[in-house]
Amino acid sequence: MFETLTQKLEAALKRLRGEGRISEANIAESLREVRRVLLDADVNYKVVKDFIDTVQQKSLGQEVISSLSPGQLIIKIIHDELVALMGSEKSDIALSSSPPSVILIAGLQGSGKTTFSAKLARLLKAKGRSPLLVAADVYRPAAIDQLEVLGKQIEVPVFVNRKDSALTIAENSIVHARLNARDTVIIDTAGRLHVDEEMMQEIEKVKKSVQPHEILFVVDAMTGQDAVNTAKAFHDRLNFDGVVLTKLDGDARGGAALSIRSVVQKPIKFIGTGEKMDALEPFYPDRMASRILGMGDIVTLVEKAQETFDKEKAQKLEQKIRKAQFTLEDFYDQLQEIKKMGSLSQMISMIPGASRLGNLNDVDEKELKYVEAIIQSMTIEERQHPAIVNGSRRKRIATGSGTSVQEVNKLLKQFFEMQKMMKNIGKGKNFNRMLTQRFH
Amino acid sequence: MKFFDAQTFSRLKEGLAKTRDVLVTKVNRLVTAGSKVDKQFLDALEEILIGADVGVEMTSEIISNIQQRVKDERYENQDELQRIIASEISKAFTHSVSERNSSDNGQLADPLFIPHDVKPYVIMIVGVNGVGKTTTIGKLAYNYKQAGKDVVIGAADTFRAAANEQLEIWAERAGVKIIQQLQGSDPAAVAFDTIQSAQSRGADVVIIDTAGRLHTKSNLMEELKKIKRVMDKSLSGAPHEVLLVIDASTGQNGIQQARQFHSAVGITGIAVTKLDGTAKGGIVLSISKLLNIPVRYVGVGEQIDDLQPFSAEAFTAALFQGNVHVERQSP
Repeated sequence: MFETLTQKLEAALKRLRGEGRISEANIAESLREVRRVLLDADVNYKVVKDFIDTVQQKSLGQEVISSLSPGQLIIKIIHDELVALMGSEKSDIALSSSPPSVILIAGLQGSGKTTFSAKLARLLKAKGRSPLLVAADVYRPAAIDQLEVLGKQIEVPVFVNRKDSALTIAENSIVHARLNARDTVIIDTAGRLHVDEEMMQEIEKVKKSVQPHEILFVVDAMTGQDAVNTAKAFHDRLNFDGVVLTKLDGDARGGAALSIRSVVQKPIKFIGTGEKMDALEPFYPDRMASRILGMGDIVTLVEKAQETFDKEKAQKLEQKIRKAQFTLEDFYDQLQEIKKMGSLSQMISMIPGASRLGNLNDVDEKELKYVEAIIQSMTIEERQHPAIVNGSRRKRIATGSGTSVQEVNKLLKQFFEMQKMMKNIGKGKNFNRMLTQRFH
Repeated sequence: MKFFDAQTFSRLKEGLAKTRDVLVTKVNRLVTAGSKVDKQFLDALEEILIGADVGVEMTSEIISNIQQRVKDERYENQDELQRIIASEISKAFTHSVSERNSSDNGQLADPLFIPHDVKPYVIMIVGVNGVGKTTTIGKLAYNYKQAGKDVVIGAADTFRAAANEQLEIWAERAGVKIIQQLQGSDPAAVAFDTIQSAQSRGADVVIIDTAGRLHTKSNLMEELKKIKRVMDKSLSGAPHEVLLVIDASTGQNGIQQARQFHSAVGITGIAVTKLDGTAKGGIVLSISKLLNIPVRYVGVGEQIDDLQPFSAEAFTAALFQGNVHVERQSP
């Protein structure tokens, strides 16, 4: 996520890092590259212009010249500006104290409204609310069926009426929610172009009638320069409360996030990171800015880990790491825990500096399956003392796991290297290096 | 086969003439305002091109070409400057005009051309999520059907909820046959069966839908390769066309999309969708040049007949236009 932007910004700033002093000339050159990076990342042309102007003004100020490490200060200024652009803190969605709370979902065709609606319903349900999904897309063929299928998957009721207009459906769904004790109504509307007057009027009418407590604008992270136009048009009509950025699990640089935020001044509240129903995360502007600058997103990683890791197990593991008693069995357990956390590439993208490791999307989840199979084919003794795995044992393990001796060798080699690094951590050395080298 | 009859063709030509005028006016304004090719003028041009998602690299290339030509040719008046600008921009597309089907005047390709000796002609549709693959298939099927072809659609998006139902409705609207299996079944098997069925009924055209997938998911790209391999097993040489669908609002990530899909399944053509909004789709300029593949269709609405053949000229004109993208002619 945002990886390419991070890489490119890092390349552009590398020169600055090496400089002892900042001159007007070398700033200008670096800023030209930053400008290009941001444009390549689909940040809007005008937004980039303002951004570069601001950074330039601040960089040439007293603070930078007096500083001992100009490179760091520039990164800080860019980082702070990025955070300021994206809104300085994370914001939650508004829920009414008197039920039902009504959430209206709007956006262009294909931005991912229906998938997001279901993900949001799942999230709210997990938090103890009783959501009702409303299928108000009466235009796209089978849109209603899609929401029904997803509703079934996450076990959330879906309000469906195949005869009425979107407005009537929305109105009736509120009554239905009251009668059936559903405290949150999520209305999934049809995708519409902001220049389609008739359709824009329709959603205005829905808004006026159901008085949503929260209106969310869903936008594809791959969107280019036009993101500003569409966001502005939707905002003029609906005055939406927040933005949802979808499909961030790809390699889109997501500059649209910066543009939209700076043009409509509304926070990004969620990001979609996959097709699975649990691939929804809150948006943290500061973390995202850190990620853009290659500082990684260690906070999110830790939070995720806390959610899923068994605390006791983690403590035991930590002790083992410190005493360098880490075995293949522990490694296997750890793999299982990681799998609970989400996709591997998603996890890696949060590791500081991971962007410098090249294209992380190449991490093949299939390879993990081989690793699992190999470890499963070992005896308990072998897992605890991998050193005893000799040639004939390797052959047996390879056959047992349906892999080759080379693959067994590769795993063992990687494991021994890892053990070595673990020892270093035990002594408090370079945690970062361990994290980034583990998968390569 | 000539898909567009004489009347349609002349209507399109009229449409193009209209958009040409718009281009002239818009650039004219630019030229008059700047009166000469100075930094301000070039900045304004840069803003238009980058704002259309043409991309920094392509934009620099176009602008430096214009500068060079202005220097070499010493244009005399605004008309000439306009001509230079317009030709430099649409030149980026010259690579993309398909050889196999360019028409007599070399301007308009016939994107729905089908060789006589290939039956059934198999088209595979690929792209990331939400770009409009299924809608494009509905429109394509309709167009072929209207041209008197027997069309079979294969619903090989077995992943997304209700994808089958959506395609079924489009097939019904187009009046063509659809082959499908349950959600979650093997998409390659659906593709195989569709081609088999089309062969046994002597159909002319097969269109295979695939699930939207991000180009970064290596397992899903492998699946796509497999679908293509299996199609070739079902009918040697199939698919004959692999069409990548790109959303006009896509930014620079479109290049990565195109690259990855191309290296996985070998793209042979591009369709740009949702050009009826304000997005200009400038990214296809870079894509078509990078991969040397033609842009074949543009989608300009949600109706079944809202699919048009691509025209570099109209597209270029639209870059400079305010809202409406491709001129639509009412009959």
